[in-house]
Amino acid sequence: MAVVAINRTTWQRTLGWLQPHRVVLIGIAAALVLSAAFFMRWDWLPDFLGLALQGLWRTIWLLIVTCTLGLMLAIPIGLVQVTGPWYLSLPAKAFCTIIRGTPLLLQLWLLYFGLGSLFPQFPWIRDSFLWPILRQAWPYGVLALTLSYAGYEGEVMRGAFAGVARGQLEAARAFGMSRWKIFRRVWLPQALHRALPTLAGETVLQLKATPLVATITMVDIYSVASRVRQETFITYEPLLLLALVYLTITGILVFAFRKLEARIPQRLG
Amino acid sequence: MELLSLSAPGWGVNLLQGLANSIQIAAGAFGLGLMIGICGAWGKLYGGPVVRDLLEVYTTVVRAVPELVLILILYFAGTDLINRLLGAFGYPPTDINGLVAGICVLGVVQGAYSTEVLRGAIQAIPQGQIEAARAFGMSPGLMLRRITLPAMLPFAIPGLANLWLIATKDTALLAIVGFTELTQTTRQAAGTTKAYFTFFMAAGVLYLALTLVSNVVIARIERRSRRGMPPVGAH
Repeated sequence: MAVVAINRTTWQRTLGWLQPHRVVLIGIAAALVLSAAFFMRWDWLPDFLGLALQGLWRTIWLLIVTCTLGLMLAIPIGLVQVTGPWYLSLPAKAFCTIIRGTPLLLQLWLLYFGLGSLFPQFPWIRDSFLWPILRQAWPYGVLALTLSYAGYEGEVMRGAFAGVARGQLEAARAFGMSRWKIFRRVWLPQALHRALPTLAGETVLQLKATPLVATITMVDIYSVASRVRQETFITYEPLLLLALVYLTITGILVFAFRKLEARIPQRLG
Repeated sequence: MELLSLSAPGWGVNLLQGLANSIQIAAGAFGLGLMIGICGAWGKLYGGPVVRDLLEVYTTVVRAVPELVLILILYFAGTDLINRLLGAFGYPPTDINGLVAGICVLGVVQGAYSTEVLRGAIQAIPQGQIEAARAFGMSPGLMLRRITLPAMLPFAIPGLANLWLIATKDTALLAIVGFTELTQTTRQAAGTTKAYFTFFMAAGVLYLALTLVSNVVIARIERRSRRGMPPVGAH
């Protein structure tokens, strides 16, 4: 982690931002802060703080787990669409089309309610060692979000794999690298680098998709706001805070991806 | 399967009605988003510093906060505000028409994305076209209608196509606020008949059909808007 020092350039940049016309923005921000201080109720916050932190952790955990798993799925899905035989590339294409053509909410409910309603027909599932896990909501949330990310990302990776210059692969072949080594050392790194800007955008979209799991009884940060509304009839304050939390996480994500992109040497393009 | 039939024991009619509602909301939201997007892109490119700042805040916030949260905020705040206004003028509070509320909420969300898409498209127009229009002495409004909008179309269509698909899928979120669009109808049908899997599968097929038909139409529109331009990939 780089240490952010308040040096002259940072200071100058701040001053550069404070131009006369920004008075409007600063005024709006001040009005928000003042109304938050004087007209809004925050007395519910201490009671729900523990739950909120738990929910926040759940949201971040979901984001990390589903994006990691989704990307691991997306790489083969993208790859077989570029080089694979038809019996692999066709299902991959169909998977991407289905995932991208139906709402995530519907996929989530199909998995949770749909599969859940099928289980009574198969008594052996109840006796299997997986039953304690299958009875809970989180596997379905993780599965739905992972598949969704894999579907969108598979499409992105397909383009990225196809976009890597042929000459790169031919040169690697000329060096006598094995196919696996070419993939690991040349093709995949360059494809990932190409896909990185899109990946950043998709990851933000994935964060925005996480609150849907609240509809299948998972406790994420969004569900806490709903609970506050149900228990105290306070509507706006939790939602406002929620929007701020998501804005902050998005900001961190964008910043992290920018740093990541800057670390990759440009000659890889 | 008889649960999906169009006659009495089946819920086919309800599902199709839900699909029609979904399409209506999606089309309305997309249209509203386009209008906001055109104004927004115009403001971001040619507006004053204050307008540009405000639009920047609008697009940043809407694109960073989950649609679900925005829908709740706009829905609660919107209905609250309208009822308060009605109260101030001495009218009884009304129930907001679900269709209109849905269109407005999703339209505001779509508007932020449209703004960015159209701004990029306008910037992709060769500068000479705009200069030529100025040289002809066109007024800004005429220039927008005759030059800018038609010339940016081929650049904007991929992004706008994406937005249309997002609009159709975002209508499902309105099920959580209780609108009877396709997902909500499906949920009611499934809850009544206990055939969850069948109904959610059926709804998925309907959404997928909508997407695939949209794709075909979009491909045609794109071909038409690109007429007279060099084919993609030609340098």
